[in-house]
Amino acid sequence: MTAATADTGAPAAPAAPPARGRGLLRTAWGYGRTKAGVAIAGAVVLTAVIGPFVSPYAPTELVGIPNATDVDGTLFGTDQVGRDVFSRFLHGGYTLVLVAVTAALAGVAAGAVLGMAAGYLRGRLDDLVMRANDMLLAFPQLVLALLVMSILGPKVWLIVVLIAVSHAPRVARVAREATLRVVEQDFVKSAEAIGVPRWRIMAGEILPNITGPLLVELGLRITYSVGLIATLSFLGMGLQPPIADWGLMINENRVVLTVQPWSVALPVAAVALLTIGANLITDGLARASIGIDRGVQK
Amino acid sequence: MTRLVLKRLAYGLLTLFVVSLVVFLATQALPGDAARAILGRDATPERLEALRAQLRLDDPLVVQYGSWLAGVVTLDLGTSFANALPVSEYLAQRAVGSLTLMALAAVIATPVAVFLGAYSALRRDRAADHATSAATLVLAAIPEFAVGILLILAFSTGFLHLLPAVFAGNGQAVLEDPEQLVLPVATLVLAVSPPIIRMMRASMIEVLESEYVQQARLKGLPERTVIWRHAAPNAIGPVAQVIALQLGWLAGGVVAIEYLFGFPGIGLALMDAINTRDLPVIQAVTLLIAAVYIVVNLLADIVGLAANPKVRVSAR
Repeated sequence: MTAATADTGAPAAPAAPPARGRGLLRTAWGYGRTKAGVAIAGAVVLTAVIGPFVSPYAPTELVGIPNATDVDGTLFGTDQVGRDVFSRFLHGGYTLVLVAVTAALAGVAAGAVLGMAAGYLRGRLDDLVMRANDMLLAFPQLVLALLVMSILGPKVWLIVVLIAVSHAPRVARVAREATLRVVEQDFVKSAEAIGVPRWRIMAGEILPNITGPLLVELGLRITYSVGLIATLSFLGMGLQPPIADWGLMINENRVVLTVQPWSVALPVAAVALLTIGANLITDGLARASIGIDRGVQK
Repeated sequence: MTRLVLKRLAYGLLTLFVVSLVVFLATQALPGDAARAILGRDATPERLEALRAQLRLDDPLVVQYGSWLAGVVTLDLGTSFANALPVSEYLAQRAVGSLTLMALAAVIATPVAVFLGAYSALRRDRAADHATSAATLVLAAIPEFAVGILLILAFSTGFLHLLPAVFAGNGQAVLEDPEQLVLPVATLVLAVSPPIIRMMRASMIEVLESEYVQQARLKGLPERTVIWRHAAPNAIGPVAQVIALQLGWLAGGVVAIEYLFGFPGIGLALMDAINTRDLPVIQAVTLLIAAVYIVVNLLADIVGLAANPKVRVSAR
């Protein structure tokens, strides 16, 4: 484990070893876009976390006539039933952030284990995992979530499970490819030769060497999780009223968009900024990890 | 080549079969059963029993799946619980509406995105390139419904009341009032373009650095010929696959957009069906979207194979 990867001059040069671990983070931090991403996403996350403690009203408290922009004592007016828009905005972020990060972490963990096992153990397991992957990938993520939730009903744990499950095959592909490159190297062969158990080779030799692509995947998956969860809430299949939630706020107030734009504009801006920030960080990580432009795919 | 394509084709059919199984079983997992879902909580046992017999809910699962699948193949998708119309009839005109929307988005997005990608490759590391790069990074991140709302906020509210915020009218004549289509189509275009632009840029840069482009330049060919005759056609190969994948994404992506704009397509039909627990429509729409997705992915695979000379030659 060398930390000297931070100063590999030309990242595009094929000879440069891929940055990993702390060196990767340091290289990524060197890009302006990473700093911008951390600032933008950080500001939104901070709003989501601190918001509930500083909001002037309770999220379900009625403070004035509905859909007004000039109610005394409110910053952005009232929503469609007369609750304070700003208070609901401050309360509406932490569930989104929490659920998105949990789902992304679970999906990346599951995908990494599956991908590593498939790539290292090969054989029948590899076939099985990759074929099952292909089947899961045949469903657009959103439609899979809608299909299951329309039957079991919208529940938070179900959102986490569904999004994690739909992320896992996408991560597994990346983890498997990264594993295939590592497995060929001498240190894996020598570990095998001295009889290190296979699970320890996976955990101790392979995993540390594929952290780069996995970190990039994590960033990407967090970005998409936020988008998916916000979309589900917007479609009315996420958190249920009267909870304050950004996606749900957009759904509830979009019919009065022309009269009271704030109740939609604030949560939309927050969701957009959060995903933009996360994607900028991901892009920085990707550049540090592989040194080339990443073709982003939905 | 033919054998590889046939293999992919068989595999696509298998996937479609598994997807139909998943869709069917998922709807079977419903608490209670379809009869209760239709009649509601207060139904008398006699009526439930009668409806169960009518819907053949007492048959074994395999038989039910068999007859459902046979129905799907013959386009007999059952009758909608909510409006008593045959599902295929109810969805047909909505599918036309959705396809129109998707086709418009595809026809506009593809050439524009390919051109923008090629252009930023030519202006590599200049201001135009950086601007495109930042814009695609931002647009790729924002969920598409948020892009749509931002467009509505910009063009339909406040000072600019340029375009209608929602779609009014039925699915039969979506082209009659083109003004209403501008925002939905623009949203979809903005949502599918970024990956195409980025891939085209990367691919074009690679081609421009190749030796045959250098050779063409050294021959003294005008730069325009070098770019559009020699470089661009070779750069488009790898991009074709991304384009196909993005078009497949459109099939799922229209759901949120149709819901946002109230556009009468299959996506809105799905959301309506979920709210009324209209199982036959939910089954039909999810199956339809998955089918489009699988077919487009298959095409992407084949295009990818065809674009790869190694495969084309060695596997003949």
